[in-house]
Amino acid sequence: MSSADIYREIILDYYRNPRNYGKIQNPDIAQKDSNPLCGDELEMHLNIKDNKVADVKFTGKGCAISQASASMLTELIIGKDFEYVKKLTKEDILDNLGLHELGPARIKCALLSLKVLKYGLYSYLSEKLKDTASADRIKEEASGLY
Amino acid sequence: MQTSVINIESIRKDFPILKRKVHKDKPLIYFDNAATTQKPIQVIEAISNYYLNYNSNIHRAVHELAEEATAAYENTRDKVAKFINVKNREEIVFVRGTTEAINLVTYSWGRQNVHRDDIIVTTEYEHHSNIVPWQLLAKETGAKLEYIGVDDNGELILDQLDGYLDSGRVKIVTFSHMSNVLGTITKSDEIIRKCRKKDVRVLVDAAQSVPHMEVDLQKLDCDFFAFSAHKMLGPTGVGVLWAKKELLESMSPFNGGGDMIREVHKYETTWNDLPYKFEAGTPNIADVIGFSTAIDYLERIGMDKVREHEMELTKYALDKLSQIKGMKLYGTNEIAKRGGVISFNLGDIHPHDLATIIDEDGIAIRSGHHCAQVLMERLDVAATSRASFYIYNTKEEVDVFIRSLYRAKELFRI
Repeated sequence: MSSADIYREIILDYYRNPRNYGKIQNPDIAQKDSNPLCGDELEMHLNIKDNKVADVKFTGKGCAISQASASMLTELIIGKDFEYVKKLTKEDILDNLGLHELGPARIKCALLSLKVLKYGLYSYLSEKLKDTASADRIKEEASGLY
Repeated sequence: MQTSVINIESIRKDFPILKRKVHKDKPLIYFDNAATTQKPIQVIEAISNYYLNYNSNIHRAVHELAEEATAAYENTRDKVAKFINVKNREEIVFVRGTTEAINLVTYSWGRQNVHRDDIIVTTEYEHHSNIVPWQLLAKETGAKLEYIGVDDNGELILDQLDGYLDSGRVKIVTFSHMSNVLGTITKSDEIIRKCRKKDVRVLVDAAQSVPHMEVDLQKLDCDFFAFSAHKMLGPTGVGVLWAKKELLESMSPFNGGGDMIREVHKYETTWNDLPYKFEAGTPNIADVIGFSTAIDYLERIGMDKVREHEMELTKYALDKLSQIKGMKLYGTNEIAKRGGVISFNLGDIHPHDLATIIDEDGIAIRSGHHCAQVLMERLDVAATSRASFYIYNTKEEVDVFIRSLYRAKELFRI
């Protein structure tokens, strides 16, 4: 996919004006990760209330793809059922971004936020909800993302 | 429009990879030479000739193949000694690369000589390979790791070294001869002079300097010196550790095994002579032989010419880059003080995005932290883009690169 297709107006807008950027005080879920190859960093905070995502915020440093992807992910899940968030796939994220043919190096940028989210859900499910079966499944999904 | 000092056209013909196209039809413009350089056909053929015609293990067997292989392998040692102007060939130890050379020193010399509350001094512009092994040593021994800072011009603040040396606790000062991010050439003479006065050991990480300029170890007078073949037209998997004979003699082996022994008994072993004491196991014979051809190639051009060519190209590139609005260049703008490495950021385009965009035009640059996260923190950036040149790069390639940067600006609407 060419740069002109990747760096569309919407991606640049989310990169420069990220929605839901910041931190939540005492979040139910707090998770961070980095990409050791490029040094990109991402931290996500979520609050879960009545089985819904009541609030979600992120902070991070990185390229346009990773930061826009994280911001667009927060918009995708805010207010959604917890079950929906648990089932999010790689394709959902790439659909949401409109980026389907990224090369192996850059797809990691697009999926870093989903990876962080899934590891966050894993901790929440295993430690707070004691739902080991779901937690293990999500952890497996997270480690298999890229 | 090549630089005036070397015949680039004829040099380029020796590099088969420069004929290939990337992204379908774009000629390859390879500006990632600080990471690794391309290899001329002569080096590739020297390696394949070994495997085709005299592949055998060295030093032990008495048959003809082994004699030829041993001679070719040991011939490289002589060439390296001459190339960096070292008197004693047995002070040249072949290792896998600069990283292994530094680890050898921290493991063998460090564990014997560095103790609790001693100080190890490094700098803020080191590659991770000249930080992490010292951190491991410091953790193990209880020694302290201190850093010489970098000023806004990309140069080391050498006054800080005086402070550390005055403590009387410094055991070794370790620094890169040329920064792999800023291209700054370190004032080695000054550092070494200061260390000599206090009887402090000095390690020079020469991974970025030996490939690009003349180096004379008899003048430099350091204690340890390390560099890699693959950054100077040679194959990967070969590097050199040079150290003064009396130091190597005093040090315990790094790896135990074949070839590094004199006599092995059930519970006791005596070591082989230098340098074999530090070359356990079957070495990387083919690539050491290939390295010899790489040195020949550079010597034919002349290291003074290599340096001159890179200075001319770097000046040309810096002039053009500095005219781009929104361009942030790192390091000094005094050409004499820097090598052919240019780190930069363009507007708010993240280096990974920039590298992706200009890759479409066939240009290979590096983006990221360049294994120098301590320096990235100092510069207060997460990453930079880096273009680095070598003997086969041309001003026309720089022009294509500059045009590509303007295209990136358009795509990012800046």
